[in-house]
Amino acid sequence: MSDQARLAVPKTYKLYIGGAFPRSESGRSYPVHDSRGRFLANAAQASRKDARDAVAAARSAFRGWSAATAYNRGQVLYRVAELMEGRRAQFVAEVTAAAGGQGRRAETEVDAAIDRWIWYAGWTDKIATVLGAANPVAGPYFSFTVPEPTGVVAVLAPQASSLLGLVSVVAPVICAGNTAVVVAAQDRPLPAVTLSEVLATSDLPGGVVNVLTGRTAELAPWLAAHAEVNALDLTGAPAAIRTDLERAAAGTVKRVLRPPDSEPDWTRPPDLRWLRAFLEFKTVWHPMGV
Amino acid sequence: MTTWEYAPAPESRDIARLRPSYQMFVDGRFVDGAGEPLKTINPATEEVLAEVATASPADVDTAVRAAKRAYERTWSKMPGAERAKYLYRIARMVQERARELAVLESLDNGKPIRESRDVDVPLVAAHFFHHAGWADKLPYAGYGPGPDGNGPRPLGVAGQVIPWNFPLLMASWKIAPALACGNTVVLKPAETTPLTALVLAEIVQQAELPPGVVNILPGAGDVGAELVNHPLVNKVAFTGSTEVGKQIQRSLAGSGKKLTLELGGKAANVVFDDAPLDQAVEGIVNGIFFNQGHVCCAGSRLLVQESIVDELLSKLHARVSTLRVGDPLDKNTDVGAINSKAQLEKIVELTESGDAEGAHRWTSPCPLPDKGFFFAPTVFSDVSQAMRIAREEIFGPVLSVLTFRTPDEAIAKANNTPYGLSAGVWTDKGSRILWMAQRMRAGVVWANTFNRFDPSAPFGGYNESGFGREGGRTGLEAYLNV
Amino acid sequence: MSTTTAAPAEPAELPAELADATRDDASLRRFMHGLPGVDQVGAELRAATLATRSIKKQSKLWAIDTAIRMVDLTTLEGADTPGKVRSLCAKARRPDPERPDVPSVAAVCIYPDLVPTAVDALRGTGIGIASVATAFPSGRAARAVKIADAEAAVRAGATEVDMVIDRGAFLAGHYRRVYDEIVEVKAACDTAHLKVILETGELVTYDNVLRASWLALLAGGDFIKTSTGKMSPAATLPVTHIMLQAVRDWHAQTGDRRGVKAAGGIRTTKDAIRYLVAVREVAGPEWLTPDLFRFGASSLLNDLLMQRRTQLEGHYSGQNYVTVD
Repeated sequence: MSDQARLAVPKTYKLYIGGAFPRSESGRSYPVHDSRGRFLANAAQASRKDARDAVAAARSAFRGWSAATAYNRGQVLYRVAELMEGRRAQFVAEVTAAAGGQGRRAETEVDAAIDRWIWYAGWTDKIATVLGAANPVAGPYFSFTVPEPTGVVAVLAPQASSLLGLVSVVAPVICAGNTAVVVAAQDRPLPAVTLSEVLATSDLPGGVVNVLTGRTAELAPWLAAHAEVNALDLTGAPAAIRTDLERAAAGTVKRVLRPPDSEPDWTRPPDLRWLRAFLEFKTVWHPMGV
Repeated sequence: MTTWEYAPAPESRDIARLRPSYQMFVDGRFVDGAGEPLKTINPATEEVLAEVATASPADVDTAVRAAKRAYERTWSKMPGAERAKYLYRIARMVQERARELAVLESLDNGKPIRESRDVDVPLVAAHFFHHAGWADKLPYAGYGPGPDGNGPRPLGVAGQVIPWNFPLLMASWKIAPALACGNTVVLKPAETTPLTALVLAEIVQQAELPPGVVNILPGAGDVGAELVNHPLVNKVAFTGSTEVGKQIQRSLAGSGKKLTLELGGKAANVVFDDAPLDQAVEGIVNGIFFNQGHVCCAGSRLLVQESIVDELLSKLHARVSTLRVGDPLDKNTDVGAINSKAQLEKIVELTESGDAEGAHRWTSPCPLPDKGFFFAPTVFSDVSQAMRIAREEIFGPVLSVLTFRTPDEAIAKANNTPYGLSAGVWTDKGSRILWMAQRMRAGVVWANTFNRFDPSAPFGGYNESGFGREGGRTGLEAYLNV
Repeated sequence: MSTTTAAPAEPAELPAELADATRDDASLRRFMHGLPGVDQVGAELRAATLATRSIKKQSKLWAIDTAIRMVDLTTLEGADTPGKVRSLCAKARRPDPERPDVPSVAAVCIYPDLVPTAVDALRGTGIGIASVATAFPSGRAARAVKIADAEAAVRAGATEVDMVIDRGAFLAGHYRRVYDEIVEVKAACDTAHLKVILETGELVTYDNVLRASWLALLAGGDFIKTSTGKMSPAATLPVTHIMLQAVRDWHAQTGDRRGVKAAGGIRTTKDAIRYLVAVREVAGPEWLTPDLFRFGASSLLNDLLMQRRTQLEGHYSGQNYVTVD
């Protein structure tokens, strides 16, 4: 046995697009530092073409994912929680590095993130029950209203809460059957990449969640204006460009989720707001006769 | 008489109690506006019906401030059960004055009296009646108990802009849920059809709603822009064209105002070879010729299974030939007047593009009146998805007929549009109906029927047809702080 | 004026697909089940919408006179006597004795044993003599009895025969049996016109009404008729719509126009005009003739006469100003 310490094998942090882990097509990367400014890793710096590829992947994954049974989606989300639990230590380390402070706080955040998947895993097959309706119309018709996923959602992940915040905005999107293009927290992207690895090894079909790391302000305008994107979550949008992004989203009448200017406290119990934001309601009528 | 022609059977226009001039309704009173008065005309005769006051920017400000006061001092504090009773009063008064409203609507809009009498006005009353009941049941609406257990809080002042195709009905779709949830309202009716909304204001006054709860400001697009951008407006609801909807969404960026949009459409109406054919023909006719085709959810793209296209077209032509086009006040008129000269020109221009792009035009042989804005029911066959008449909203009595071979192709073509408001499917096979209904990306799917509306059934679009719903529990979200 | 048509032509050559339909039991069944379905709600909505047509002034007067000319003035009671039939015939000839310009009705409709009475009473008037037959109203008898019933009526002078179909056989799916029976009765009718009563109230669904309509048309019925009038519901607007659509489609495929008779439950002028609107707008204006549309009715005639007076006199009329035969 050698008494020399074994040299660790660091991870290359890549993008997650269509179930694969490419580097940015631009060949760019940017250094990620911990809360005290020490170098942690080089993250891929996604370009607009990576964003375009991610949207294409999300679009092609939409048909299958939105058509999957709610039970199936629930099990997939639960599986994500199971796999996160297995990598708990890694997530705690990354969250601690990103946010600084006590390891205890990071542990609480990771546990809450895992539990959040569980919460949304249980919602998949209850959305229609709770938000749908049988409409008592005045006539010989059976009319019902069902929630359906909006489509491809571009998610600008919260900048501060690199894991719990991320899970809190991504899980509701895919819970409802949407697919997502996520721009990870710009300066704290590493937990998002590790989450991508969890998603890749869970039963989540490739393309349902696509994760881009890089400059939010560079990527967001392309996503906000992309005609294949149906909705936009501005949670992590830089304040300076929020209004511009909203304006761009109007070009194809996107649904825009505008959270409060300051980042929400993600440790509070979740509600249906993030789920409802990316649902469409379809009303179906049929006559009742013999 | 060798053939049986129906004698004219006009509803008396006296019932409308038309006045030479109409004022705006602000803070519980009818007042003159500082804007240039507009002349609203009868599109069936081109005669001026009345002069109508319009709002200046200062008038918009006055109205919004009145609404804000009413919101803060009375309406948002009033128990839901009391708000409910006001809305019930309105519903009843609409019923009492139903025929007056119907005749006035037909005069101002050009729609046949049969529709304003049997569809628009009864739905207006139903809409108020339905939403009245919600006012004291908001904790049960599925949006949580709210801060004090009385349900979620309202938003404040709602600025609402509505189109000319269903003037009174759209006013009720906007006002009823807003008031039920505890908001106050400033509503701008369309420039060409302001009259019934002003009679509704009279009803609001007679129902003794607190001043400022409902304000009606006639005017053109500039008044609408002024209204939706007013800083004291908390909620904007717009029904109209996708183009204007995008402008509004753009202009509200960063404002934090809650927005719902109900925009254009180019609905596919899909007919399979096993459809109940005669009823499908009725549904197709109702889908595109109801209200002269001035319907955002009109079934303007008919997708027919290729194996029955000849049979269906011959039945369709025969049926459309029986449509009676003419005086909107005649009780036997099926298709009335196009609402404006501008709209008529747009229809003419788009149908000419249909000719130019090689579609086959069939026009109903029905006689048309000598004056007024009329367009004979028209069916284009041999249409392909690439043609403008298959992609652009014509908003007139013009049907584009395309064919498909398989259910997958039907879905692909049906969804091949930036819009997504409504869709139709006709087949006798139950499992196919559900299969189709699941795949058509539209907010309303009518199966073996078309153009049915009910206040309990949410209505609204996917994609560029807008967002938010009107009607039912789902529709309340637009007016609650949730 | 004669409202009965000339002797029916030999059945025209049918288009291949219709000829094939009657080749055998299986073909007929396939054809019937291949007819498009009828959506009840849509059919009733269409009928209700069309019923809002407002018919005024001259067009109302024309409708009233046309409706009078389309009436099969009917008495089908166990208590019918020669005296009752004679007074019915008098009414048929001159519905409003004070107003000779009122047209006569199309026909009287009676039980077969009273046909000779009607023949005597209507000689030279051109008014048709319609006899119900084939074990009316239930149709429950041996086929030979039904054929004999029809033959007897024709031999006695009936110019029109109103037969009932075997609803039991129809509902059991024995379409060929129903078809064959109509064909045989048609043969027994010789030159008399055959109206085929579907008794739609017992068929219940519009799908059945449509199938039975096609069956009767394929078998050679000159008219398809809604009801016996002996059960409720009898004629309804939506049922008549379905049957009018059938004869319209039959014409589109064969070039041959067949008639429809709405019978039972039509009592007022307002009702009758709604039916005429349906005839005009569903089948087409060509059907607005007694040759192609009839009302089976008794009390309707008096209401038509009262409304006719109202139209001409400018004030409302009363029940005792029309005769009650």
